[in-house]
Amino acid sequence: MIAHASGDAVVAYRAGAPIRVWQFLEDVRRLVATLEGAAHVLNACTDRYHFSVGFAASLASGAVSLLPPTTTPEMVCQLQRFAPGAVCLTDQPDCDIALPRVRYPPAARTNGIGSGDCAPAPVPLIAEAQLAGYVFTSGSTGAPVPHPKTFGPLARCVRIEAERLGLRGGEPWAIVATVPPQHMYGFESSVLMAMLNGHALCAERPFYPADVTAALEAIPRPRLLVSTPVHLRALLASGLALPPTDLILSATAPLAQQLAEEAEQRFGTRLLEIYGSTETGQIAARRPTVSAEWRLWPEVTLSIEGEESFAEGGHLERRTRLYDVLELTGEDRFLLHGRVTDLVNIAGKRSSLGYLNHQLNSIPGVLDGAFFHVEETAVLKTGVARVGACVVAPGLDAPRLLEALRQRVDPVFLPRPLLLVPRLPRNSTGKLSQEALRSLAAAR
Amino acid sequence: MSEKVLPLRQASPADAASLTAEVAGLIVEALNLDIAPADIDPGQPLYGEGLGLDSIDILEIALVVSKHYGVQLRADSAENERIFGSLRQLVEYIGAHRTK
Repeated sequence: MIAHASGDAVVAYRAGAPIRVWQFLEDVRRLVATLEGAAHVLNACTDRYHFSVGFAASLASGAVSLLPPTTTPEMVCQLQRFAPGAVCLTDQPDCDIALPRVRYPPAARTNGIGSGDCAPAPVPLIAEAQLAGYVFTSGSTGAPVPHPKTFGPLARCVRIEAERLGLRGGEPWAIVATVPPQHMYGFESSVLMAMLNGHALCAERPFYPADVTAALEAIPRPRLLVSTPVHLRALLASGLALPPTDLILSATAPLAQQLAEEAEQRFGTRLLEIYGSTETGQIAARRPTVSAEWRLWPEVTLSIEGEESFAEGGHLERRTRLYDVLELTGEDRFLLHGRVTDLVNIAGKRSSLGYLNHQLNSIPGVLDGAFFHVEETAVLKTGVARVGACVVAPGLDAPRLLEALRQRVDPVFLPRPLLLVPRLPRNSTGKLSQEALRSLAAAR
Repeated sequence: MSEKVLPLRQASPADAASLTAEVAGLIVEALNLDIAPADIDPGQPLYGEGLGLDSIDILEIALVVSKHYGVQLRADSAENERIFGSLRQLVEYIGAHRTK
């Protein structure tokens, strides 16, 4: 389950202080005793070390981790339908997720477990074929779509990632990540990267630029920063001195060329972009300052049929659709030409116009409503592509509509702008184009 | 930053009002919001309900605040949640910690 060489090896840092393998195993053993009987665990821990202990304890006790993209009441309700009896593992005292809760850290037991005089906790062995978790994407009809993740393929994927990044077999790295451990990218590149390649993760999830620089300064080199265009842009614009970093990863959205160059210069390092999806995990990487082409993980192949792209082979358990427009440029190389129109990706949170429309139209009082992608000119300013919506709901006002939507979708998908209109600009066949919605919004 | 000895700022009500208007204007401009700065209720939450901002917006505001006032926000400070509790609290924090 972990690749660290000895009990004294470091698995994590908190505020710069090392947490060692024996401590991790002891924490896992205690949590296993608490989780006993749970078949599914929604791991909502915000501390990355707590999350890792939760994931490891779930594996060791045979429970399946649930990693939903968001924990709105609607999503939690759907999860409960999917996995009745699921519990929520949380390290937040004010957690309001409506599932039976298991607190982290678990209450101290009095029966001798963890008392220090018993034998060191063993490293649990996990079978390659064990179902480790489900990650979810939003389908178009309301119910989230589960994607099963088996332990063997997950492990195989991050071992290949480590090889590609030059993080395999050498000295241990320390990993700071600005992305949550529940997101597929953060899960693979911070949690699994550390556990399965013998590296150490930083327990904190730094948010503001000053948090990120402090987290980097607190840990030894070599250091890896796992981040996104949104966080990198904020870091570079902050005016703070940037600590030397040995490698930067970016994913969730394309990184502007200029930003990549500036990041490499100011951090004095290489920046690699990762390409992947919730369904496939990561499957390719590139160094944008060197090449626009992405290089696939070995044994992963792409195929394009009409306007649809698919990946298969390697760690992929099945042929899987990719919701991007791709162009093959060589046996293991491709170019990325943007997303499929229906897909919505805001700072790594993914949804689809179809799903958002379904949620919007399920709100009592909404007669008709549709989301649209905002124009690129608005995107250029903040670097984040938002969505807007036009809604016909005579009995509702904007605040009440937003409140109802907030119960159903992640806050990043709340429409901006939200326009209440007498009717939607449908054409004579009832079709609604993105362009018509944008024009309507621009005219207001 | 904390080494510098600055005269303790005793903001007059007029100063506070003009700083509030200035910060509201910066927020609306930085986030492309569809409202007038004066429409932001100084007492309502910025995050979640209320103005409805999300974490991407908060990062954007933090950037603008650091550029204009030299204040670097930190998530691990207990004050953080309070700072974004409302426009008024954000303005108070900036007023007390600004270096420019």
